[in-house]
Amino acid sequence: MTKQIHLAAHFPGVNNTTVWSDPRSGSHIEFSSFAHLARTAERAKFDFLFLAEGLRLREQSGQIYDLDVVGRPDTFTVLAALAAVTDRLGLAGTINSTFNEPYEVARQFASLDHLSGGRAAWNVVTSWDAFTGENFRRGGFLPQDARYDRARTFLQTTWELFDSWDGDEIIADKASGVFLTRPKPGRFAHSDAHFEISGQFNVPRSPQGRPVIFQAGDSEEGREFAASSADAIFSRHGKLAEGQGFYADVKGRLAKYGRTPDQLLILPAATFVLGDTDAQAAELAAEVRRQQVSGPTAIAFLEQLWNRDLSGYDPDGPLPDVDPDPGEHTIARGRASVRMYRDPLATAAQWRAKAAAQQLSIRELIIEVTGRQTFVGSPATIAGAINDLVQADASDGFILVPHITPGGLDEFADTVVPLLQERGVFRSDYKGSTLREHLGLDPSTPRHRLGSVTETI
Amino acid sequence: MHLSVALDGAGWHPAAWREPRARPAELFTGRYWTDVIAEAERGLLDFVTIEDGFTLQSTRTERVAGRLDAVLIAARAAPLTRHIGLIPTVVVTHTEPFHISKAIATLDYVSNGRAGVRVRVSASPDEAAHFGRRVFPRIALADRDDPAARQLVTGLFDEAADYVEVIRRLWDSWEDDAEIRDVASGRFVDRGKLHYIDFSGDYFSVKGPSITPRPPQGQPVVAALAHGDPAYALIGSVADIGFVTPGDAGHAAQIVAGIRAVSRAHDPILLGDLVVFLGPSVAAAADRKARLDELAGYVYTSDATVFTGTPAQLASLLIEWQQAGLSGFRLRPGGIPGDLEAITRELVPELQRRGAFRTSYQAGTLRGRLGLGRPASRYAAGDKQPGDKQPGDKQLSGSN
Repeated sequence: MTKQIHLAAHFPGVNNTTVWSDPRSGSHIEFSSFAHLARTAERAKFDFLFLAEGLRLREQSGQIYDLDVVGRPDTFTVLAALAAVTDRLGLAGTINSTFNEPYEVARQFASLDHLSGGRAAWNVVTSWDAFTGENFRRGGFLPQDARYDRARTFLQTTWELFDSWDGDEIIADKASGVFLTRPKPGRFAHSDAHFEISGQFNVPRSPQGRPVIFQAGDSEEGREFAASSADAIFSRHGKLAEGQGFYADVKGRLAKYGRTPDQLLILPAATFVLGDTDAQAAELAAEVRRQQVSGPTAIAFLEQLWNRDLSGYDPDGPLPDVDPDPGEHTIARGRASVRMYRDPLATAAQWRAKAAAQQLSIRELIIEVTGRQTFVGSPATIAGAINDLVQADASDGFILVPHITPGGLDEFADTVVPLLQERGVFRSDYKGSTLREHLGLDPSTPRHRLGSVTETI
Repeated sequence: MHLSVALDGAGWHPAAWREPRARPAELFTGRYWTDVIAEAERGLLDFVTIEDGFTLQSTRTERVAGRLDAVLIAARAAPLTRHIGLIPTVVVTHTEPFHISKAIATLDYVSNGRAGVRVRVSASPDEAAHFGRRVFPRIALADRDDPAARQLVTGLFDEAADYVEVIRRLWDSWEDDAEIRDVASGRFVDRGKLHYIDFSGDYFSVKGPSITPRPPQGQPVVAALAHGDPAYALIGSVADIGFVTPGDAGHAAQIVAGIRAVSRAHDPILLGDLVVFLGPSVAAAADRKARLDELAGYVYTSDATVFTGTPAQLASLLIEWQQAGLSGFRLRPGGIPGDLEAITRELVPELQRRGAFRTSYQAGTLRGRLGLGRPASRYAAGDKQPGDKQPGDKQLSGSN
């Protein structure tokens, strides 16, 4: 059977994928930029818009990292405002489970779901670093190996809060004076190693019951967490073979939780460069890569692997003779990517070999080895590539990351989406009003009605 | 005169949801709140406040129960309104100053400079149990002779002052021109204009800088409600606006003098709170209030003066209290939309006829409307005048 593709828009992030030096690049803070991208996504009938989060400005060599876009607004506040200027588009945001409390987060998501008529989604992330913790009352107390445990119990606790109202309590009958069908709604009591809370939740059950749950981690625990609890995975495996491997792995874990493969969507993040022809798109893509990797950015990337100060090196010159510092990583803080270099010496050796073989400067090498675009080509080429990957079970769709704010999705909406609609693999209009309906997910049911209130997730 | 309304559910009377034009089934929708706030804007009001808290208001079946997050209600209404200020309530006792600082800064962005925050402390043991991080004793807080009650309340207000200090420092932690987009050097920001706030106090420490650039107003408006000490001192030290609850003009004068006496660096704007039940005649207003009381099963009273009468009588009372030293009022409509519309469509024209209220909005921010100006960041070098103090300056360490 032909699968229907799911598409989402990622507001350009605080990293070097986002090109701020382009004359078309607008504000990353003003609401008009968010409204523009959301309206484009809704015009194109996308499933949802996504906002990432970072709770401390990134640093490198002890100073605030100044080469990428810096700064962003508050996720919840922007999503609530976007609910006013869109009608159907899902509104998804990353909210950290380490630097928040379940009662407050559950309340914010339930409120967002009410205020958007059932369009809220939560990308649950965990963190443990004391660096970010310095901005919070709670500090950075969490050991790394406890982070998924806390995330799991955090999510479980919020579910108990979302489910504390059945949804039929409020009748608000003026004539009889009965507002609630029964007294004391929203009662809850939760106790575990991380949270000991009890009382009454003060937001009635929202249109979706609970928000759509996203999970983004790629580790073994992360995959298991997603299989047990998430509605969708924000994956980083967008290519055919690795995508199929990830897809099969995670969907294969669902059965033991009593879930079916259609109850967890796999949505990789994907970048794209469109041209009138494939050749023109390839030229544009090379230009975008040069914009994304300036000389200073190339040196900064190299420092993240080398773990030492390389500011004296010429980005248009050869790689350093010195080896990476294998000690504790101290150069870059507040970013996830540095942990990807698990064996810096081996990676450096590969990079040197590649630079030598192709006679690449530092900047040329970094352009080659980091962040190439996922889709490059004409609208027909990109529409075909997206559809092929989805039909081959490499994903259920994509979260598209434009590199220009806020107009970077406009061309995609105007040229690629109609081709997917013509093929009958993407909706021509919304059929439902909630994000769960867009994603083909079942309505959520209060867990105690399923007889599993104490079951762990 | 500054005039605002305090929004809470279907109105402040517990039976207000049963009024013929009330919309109790819509209290949890974006449309309801947008309509209500748009009505306040139609009346040219300075701002609305939105009540909030972490406990269920009532466990009884005949009362409204449940409320949405006030910051998110304000954000939902912001793109659909143009002039009115938006001041949601935030409980500082259980929330993170870092999160709230960026939330209010963002509300300022989505509203183009109309944001504020009303800070509230909570000593409720039930509310604390929802977070499980602190335990508060069940004591009568109003009992001023009980040392345990005094200690608890004093601590909560000290913490609130630190909290406001932190959110204000975070708002200033990006200088206005920090974003430079210098293609030649590859730098997006001038990091010399981003500042660690390095706050360390008895209740929390916060490093900074904010993740959100300085909001359009520079410093969104901070407000608090007070019935006496130590809340008066909080208003006097860190707030831009104080809501107070006088019983008459003489009492208003006394309160104003009392807060001015403990104001350290600035004179806050003091607004009188009144719950209002309005009608075309005194008898009609009184009848309506009586009918609501009957539905509720008791005579509704409040921490604020309850006014029952005509819009013209209310106009006279407001002008009298203003002459006693208040800068304006925050009216709590007994019922929505009835009393809200009586404010916007009858009271406001009456005040306009008497030359006491604006006849149109001027362009500008909420701070501008309140006569507060736009302060420079406390961290901006060189352009600050000695004595040009702002709320929250007292502990300025000038770090970084």
